Amino acid sequence: MRSLKIKRDWVHGWLLLLPAMVFLFAFTHIPAIMTFINSFYSTPRGRRSAKFIGLDNYERMMSDPVFWKVLWNNLWFAIGTIPVSIALAIVMALWVNERLAGRGFVRMAYFTPTVLPLIAVANIWLFFYTPGFGLFDQITGSLFGWSASNYLGDPATALNAIIIVTVWKEAGFFMIFYLAALQAIPVSLKEAAQIEGAGRWTIFWRITFPLLMPTTLFVCINAVINSFRLVDHIFILTDGGPDNASALLLFYIFEVAFRFWETAYGATLTVALLALLSLLAIGQFFLFDRKVHYK
Amino acid sequence: MTDQLSVPLAGKAIQLTAVSKIWGDTRAVDQISVEVPEGSFTALLGPSGCGKSTTLRMIAGLETVNGGSIEIDGRNVTTKPSAQRDLSMVFQSYALFPHLSVAENILFGLKVRRVARVERLERLKRVTGLLGLAELLDRKPSQLSGGQQQRVALGRAIIGEKPVCLMDEPLSNLDAKLRHEMRLEIRALQQKLGFTMVYVTHDQVEAITMADQVVLMNGGKIEQAAAPRELYERPASPFAARFIGTPPMNLFSAHAFGALGQAETLQLGLRPENAFLDDKGSILLDVRAVEYLGADVLVDGVLGDAAFQVRLPSTNSTRPGETIRLGFNLENLHVFDRTSGKRRDDLTHEIGVHLHS
Repeated sequence: MRSLKIKRDWVHGWLLLLPAMVFLFAFTHIPAIMTFINSFYSTPRGRRSAKFIGLDNYERMMSDPVFWKVLWNNLWFAIGTIPVSIALAIVMALWVNERLAGRGFVRMAYFTPTVLPLIAVANIWLFFYTPGFGLFDQITGSLFGWSASNYLGDPATALNAIIIVTVWKEAGFFMIFYLAALQAIPVSLKEAAQIEGAGRWTIFWRITFPLLMPTTLFVCINAVINSFRLVDHIFILTDGGPDNASALLLFYIFEVAFRFWETAYGATLTVALLALLSLLAIGQFFLFDRKVHYK
Repeated sequence: MTDQLSVPLAGKAIQLTAVSKIWGDTRAVDQISVEVPEGSFTALLGPSGCGKSTTLRMIAGLETVNGGSIEIDGRNVTTKPSAQRDLSMVFQSYALFPHLSVAENILFGLKVRRVARVERLERLKRVTGLLGLAELLDRKPSQLSGGQQQRVALGRAIIGEKPVCLMDEPLSNLDAKLRHEMRLEIRALQQKLGFTMVYVTHDQVEAITMADQVVLMNGGKIEQAAAPRELYERPASPFAARFIGTPPMNLFSAHAFGALGQAETLQLGLRPENAFLDDKGSILLDVRAVEYLGADVLVDGVLGDAAFQVRLPSTNSTRPGETIRLGFNLENLHVFDRTSGKRRDDLTHEIGVHLHS
């Protein structure tokens, strides 16, 4: 009797787990493993099926100049977006956390870029960047008399133009996390510091910022992942050009796999991306762990 | 507790003149004037929402003042920020910085004010010796017990050697035993260091046992400001009479004593501990319940239309349903004017004559 009951509990348990597990395996774990396996095979073409080629794909990757180019681009992209969007997010959160008229409206306004789909956002920014009659050219033209410039078409500025769009898109999102964290800090801490004679600047650096560290860690990891993950706007704005100047790793993977149909090489690049992301996430945890105070 | 602090600090006097705080339509603090002598221990006492914490926060400079003025040591600080008022404060929640160690918490103010490192360590040693925190210096606040956190908050307040210290219900998060210990400790600390203390509490026992002066507040106004003994023996209003003392003072109509000249306008008060069994007494009490408290019994009854309690020795064998006769000494009778709510000591004698006739 008793063993039957245990068996039934066991079946119930697995049945409850099943739906989530099926989706998790079907769309996450199995593809990841398949990708890893595929990276050791050649791309199947027509009647020629895939065959095991060992590390050939990885060797190709190491000697692929475009791979190194997009990797560097991605590094610059991360350096350009993460600190700026985090700093902006903190400043905005501090501001909307104060008592000010129309606070709800300001908070909503900051959050709008997050709500809009990235594709739609990219289309709006495409107009801003348009040479000649775009918003930026109109402003710089009428204020400083600058001639028309093609921000998206110039290899020197294309990546920066994309960085600006990303910062605009992400800062508001991160602000929400900082706002929540700020509101969790008791007001009495600020008052105690005030009584001890600390000014606003000291209170921020000695009290508020350290107490925001858990949020900063969370936001940092998200920002790093996003810097490898968010490529939608590149399709609209530059399509990776000119001359791969604004192509990022994930964008390159998409091109290789689904435009040139070199699926095996695409799988290899994906493995590289996954390895990179895990390393970064683990590294951040170790780096921050000592400096972060959790309650 | 070692006697390491050599120079007693000179406290500074605080003067509140017609201070008000208005939030929308409510006057949280309504034109109160208080004088806190230098080096004294003043307790702001009252039920929750009476404006005592708001008053303290206005003295601290954490709340703006809507009217009146605040002076510390003769200097008008009404509009000055907290940092320029030369005071320290202990919060109800302690407000310890959770990411800093005990030592860093205590030293926070000195570091902000750029006190030299040598002197900082010197003072830290003195304060931690005084409060018995020496072994805990490297811990974080979350690793401390409630009583230890309380000590750290005290340490942070006294290390600055400020002439004024404000405390906002500092003991309300501690258990009863610890509260008693800390009460003695805070009082001893204040007397040793000699600073002026303003202490907010809703607990009458804390106020009565610790303070030199108790300011009893109700509804944003001051009911009475007096020494604890005076507050207990000569309460200025029925509210003060009921608020101080456990169980509270019995208030009853003067009709209880039969025809009396001004009976309509008078309210009489007698503390439960001041009545005793007396065959010739003037109070006739219908006993409803008897509570055994060990050392004595608390007899609940009805006098006229008001509830009346009396504390009798536990040898007494009164039972519910009986009627007992109680007497009292005339000096223990409190007379209040119903309309003005004021004390009328001038009528006590007249009532005494009436009772003996």
